[in-house]
Amino acid sequence: MSRNAADHAASLGAENEFSRSDSAVVRFENVGLRYGRAPEVLKDVGFTLTTGSFHFLTGPSGAGKSSLLKLIYLANRPTRGSVALFGEDVERLKRKDLPAMRRRIGVVFQEYRLLDHLSAFDNAALPLRLSGRKPASYREDVAELLTWVGLGQRMHALPRTLSGGEQQRLAIARAVVNRPELILADEPTGNVDHEMSLRIIRLFVELNRLGCTVVIASHDEELVARSRMPVLYLDRGRLKRAAQMGAEPDPGPDPEPESDYGPEDDER
Amino acid sequence: MSVSPGNLQRWKPGPLLPREDDREVSLGFVVAVLCFLACLAAVTGLAANRAADGWARQLRGEATVQVRPRVGETETAAAGRAAEALAGVKGVSEAAALERDKAEKLLKPWIGEASLKDLPIPQLVTVELDPRHPATARDLKRALDMAGVDGDVDDHSRWLTDVERSAGVVRWGIAGLFALMAAAAGAVVAFATRAGMAAQKDLVEVLHLSGARDDYIAGLFQLRFAKLAALAGFAGAAAAALAMALLKSLGGGDGFTPVLPLAWSDLLAVSPCPLVAATVAVLAARATTLRLLHRSP
Repeated sequence: MSRNAADHAASLGAENEFSRSDSAVVRFENVGLRYGRAPEVLKDVGFTLTTGSFHFLTGPSGAGKSSLLKLIYLANRPTRGSVALFGEDVERLKRKDLPAMRRRIGVVFQEYRLLDHLSAFDNAALPLRLSGRKPASYREDVAELLTWVGLGQRMHALPRTLSGGEQQRLAIARAVVNRPELILADEPTGNVDHEMSLRIIRLFVELNRLGCTVVIASHDEELVARSRMPVLYLDRGRLKRAAQMGAEPDPGPDPEPESDYGPEDDER
Repeated sequence: MSVSPGNLQRWKPGPLLPREDDREVSLGFVVAVLCFLACLAAVTGLAANRAADGWARQLRGEATVQVRPRVGETETAAAGRAAEALAGVKGVSEAAALERDKAEKLLKPWIGEASLKDLPIPQLVTVELDPRHPATARDLKRALDMAGVDGDVDDHSRWLTDVERSAGVVRWGIAGLFALMAAAAGAVVAFATRAGMAAQKDLVEVLHLSGARDDYIAGLFQLRFAKLAALAGFAGAAAAALAMALLKSLGGGDGFTPVLPLAWSDLLAVSPCPLVAATVAVLAARATTLRLLHRSP
């Protein structure tokens, strides 16, 4: 990463409010979720994510990883149990308070969900635009961030003209542009080659070092094992101990990661 | 494409909703037709109102007195005395006995010529009233009594009531048509909003999950449909004004028919149409968007 990019990354972290006394960013208690009358896709799920932690959420296909993430980014409500975000019980939040809560969370969707009619620049700037900021106040920051993720030369390209890796990095840029306290990524390495997977994971590690709490859903067991990060392992809707994945089952304060995904020394 | 500082300075955010598609062109056409019909109804209503006012004014400005002669007095003499007495009443501009020839002429279309000579035709006195301070039927009756003339006063109030009732029916009818067309336009916009939101489901969801407020998302659809409806309203209003102007030009000085007089100023009635159409569209789009958004968590 270049010096400028590093400065920008540092500023991302510096302006976050990560020194809150209540360190639970996400708390699930006996959470169950079912769609309609179908069987529960999540059963008695309970865990706590503390500020600045980094977790992989893994498990076989259909285990409920995406459903769990949806509960965290408020795209769904649990059918039972309680979900608390940033110390607030989601059930007690009023509808008008939800947008502010959502702005504290950056999401990298599984299918990227970029807006096809908008340029890469507009896509990346979306959360800032939605928060009501004037374009003049953020265009330099957005340009710098896009450069940081390696899209400096593709800012005005439409998403469909970008490669899979570029789209992925654009989705990550959009997720982090408003400096969220919590970053969720659903299979962020699903459609990219191995080298790109490593680069993307390094990006998240870097963001985590800057103070963001990070949860990455992935079914790539090798990738998860090499990370040596704590793992939340889901199996048929139940959260299991995840020692076999080389991670601590109880997500406590985040240990300093000693993984294969340290910061990149070189430029992309 | 690379980005230079110059490019960056010129950058403006792109529209969050993609540009309109064919569905919206159809919607614009339907709203324009509804606006066209609503404007035609409005202008016709104004003309009908003016016609009713004219008839009422005419009826209010006249009264008819039927005179019954005394024993030994001719009908003409009794009518002459009555006319003289009535002419002096305050609020009467003119009173004159209706000559038998004129009375026969009035009756001829209904009764025919042959039987008129044998028919006892009532002797009538026509009274023109001062339009500003018209005399009442009671004033006229009192004057007849004082002059010793036996007669019945008809101030046309029965006809006036009929005309006013008819005018009221026309007014409410036009208002009803208006409400119906506004509701139809609203329903069409609501339908288009639902279709638009379904087509942009992904966009709406990404905005929603990225922290956009419901009001903000609703505002996007409101603005889109308000612009469309205003444009369609303008087109519909302009077409209606043109059609009415053509009818007035072709129909002579009194408009397209003498009983439905149209004034050039009536054409101004179409001017609020774009604003009304846009308002209906905003309300329909807002209600629809918020209802759909409230179904999401």
